[in-house]
Amino acid sequence: MADILPEHPEFLWHNPDPKPSYDAVIVGGGGHGLATAYYLAKNHGMTNIAVLERGWLAGGNMARNTTIIRSNYLWDESAGMYEKSLKLWEQLPEELEYDFLFSQRGVMNLAHTLGDVRESMRRVGANQLNGVDAEWITPEQVKELCPIINIGDDIRYPVMGATYQPRAGIAKHDHVAWAFARKCDEMGVDIIQNCEVTGFIKDGNRVTGVKTNRGTINAGKVALCGAGHSSVLAEQAGFDLPIQSHPLQALVSELHEPVHPTVVMSNHVHVYVSQAHKGELVMGAGIDTYNGYGQRGAFHVIEEQMAAAVELFPIFGRAHVLRTWGGIVDTTMDASPIVSKTPIDQLYVNCGWGTGGFKGTPGAGFTFAHTIANDEPHELNAGFSIERFETGHLIDEHGAAAVAH
Amino acid sequence: MMLIECPWCGPRNETEYGYGGEAHVAYPADPNALTDNEWAKFLFYRKNPKGLFAERWVHSAGCRRWFNAVRDTVTYEFKAVYKPGEPQPIATTNAPAQGGTK
Repeated sequence: MADILPEHPEFLWHNPDPKPSYDAVIVGGGGHGLATAYYLAKNHGMTNIAVLERGWLAGGNMARNTTIIRSNYLWDESAGMYEKSLKLWEQLPEELEYDFLFSQRGVMNLAHTLGDVRESMRRVGANQLNGVDAEWITPEQVKELCPIINIGDDIRYPVMGATYQPRAGIAKHDHVAWAFARKCDEMGVDIIQNCEVTGFIKDGNRVTGVKTNRGTINAGKVALCGAGHSSVLAEQAGFDLPIQSHPLQALVSELHEPVHPTVVMSNHVHVYVSQAHKGELVMGAGIDTYNGYGQRGAFHVIEEQMAAAVELFPIFGRAHVLRTWGGIVDTTMDASPIVSKTPIDQLYVNCGWGTGGFKGTPGAGFTFAHTIANDEPHELNAGFSIERFETGHLIDEHGAAAVAH
Repeated sequence: MMLIECPWCGPRNETEYGYGGEAHVAYPADPNALTDNEWAKFLFYRKNPKGLFAERWVHSAGCRRWFNAVRDTVTYEFKAVYKPGEPQPIATTNAPAQGGTK
């Protein structure tokens, strides 16, 4: 039988009206904004802060991702950031006193070509040197971990092996947001929904507040967690971001008995699949190629993703799509995030997480809060500055990102 | 799936096309004169408006020619398509850069 979902209390946070002024204002009430507020309050004692959300809490990408959590990225900076995030995930259910069904069921990234095999083995080596649990597994081991997968050699792109990270897994994304929101609220953070930032107030080169549809709010510091809308916010604030916003689609099937015990990702035939606790098969696609803010994408992208899924998992041929949806992801040229100061004093930006922001939620919050509180980056996000596009110290994670873009 | 009008072939399915990002980004007139910041802007910074956007498409599975379009990035509706070298017919938030990207 599928797992029973946890009960949650009726009210997890208040809905205060905005105060005229805060020590810090966080723009964006998704996972990253809430995690940032949580660590600002918990680690840095900043509780006179507000999270402004233009829609409803965690209704953007936090409600639309495929909930995969892993840290098997190639470069040292990424390993530091994503592994910190994974270690935080491992302690958060207890710390937040909320069982959001974090399930370390392992993630495998399949290899289908000789190029894939070499790149995967290189990444496993890099992961091990950085203390990230990773191993190379054969097609037979793939089959052992996930019996429904087709490892036959009579398909167009046979499975030639996979990288495997046992500590990786999934969590229930909406419950994660609610868990953070409840703790933030308990510590005195104002969570303000239906509050859209429409402009920034500056004194010289220093930000001093935000204009919203619920009035002007003064702030000592302003932190942007706007994901797909980061470019829009940056333009209002008066600086540029190297971000392109794209639709990214995902879908679920109707509920099934447990058949898929782990998480399988394939760069090459391109699909990523897990089975949610309730029983839906959850699958994600690559981005739609064009720039877009419409939270929807094209059907042919879904079709290609389904073709890949059915080739890898023949029994999915009998499953039905229950619903599909799209979110807007903020991609960078090097497929790595920006967690950084900005050219404007006391204004900070956390964006560019692109197709992989959910797994980074605690790590982003932890390092971004440090950056905001101290006006300088934590050692884990120092490399993820905006300046890297000027210095050339890019962190190219197109391989490990595992979502085509 | 979008129906995209190639200026040479007429309306075809989106799957016949490739996407080329922001249009009217000129190669720097004097590359040697650029600062690191200006190089960064040329290589990595592109406009990302929520609204009308001038962008490039290529009819990969048809005539294989590039062209420009003005499209709304919220509704995805194409407002105009035009051939390379032709002036942008509708104003957008990413107005053509004057004399390169400097």
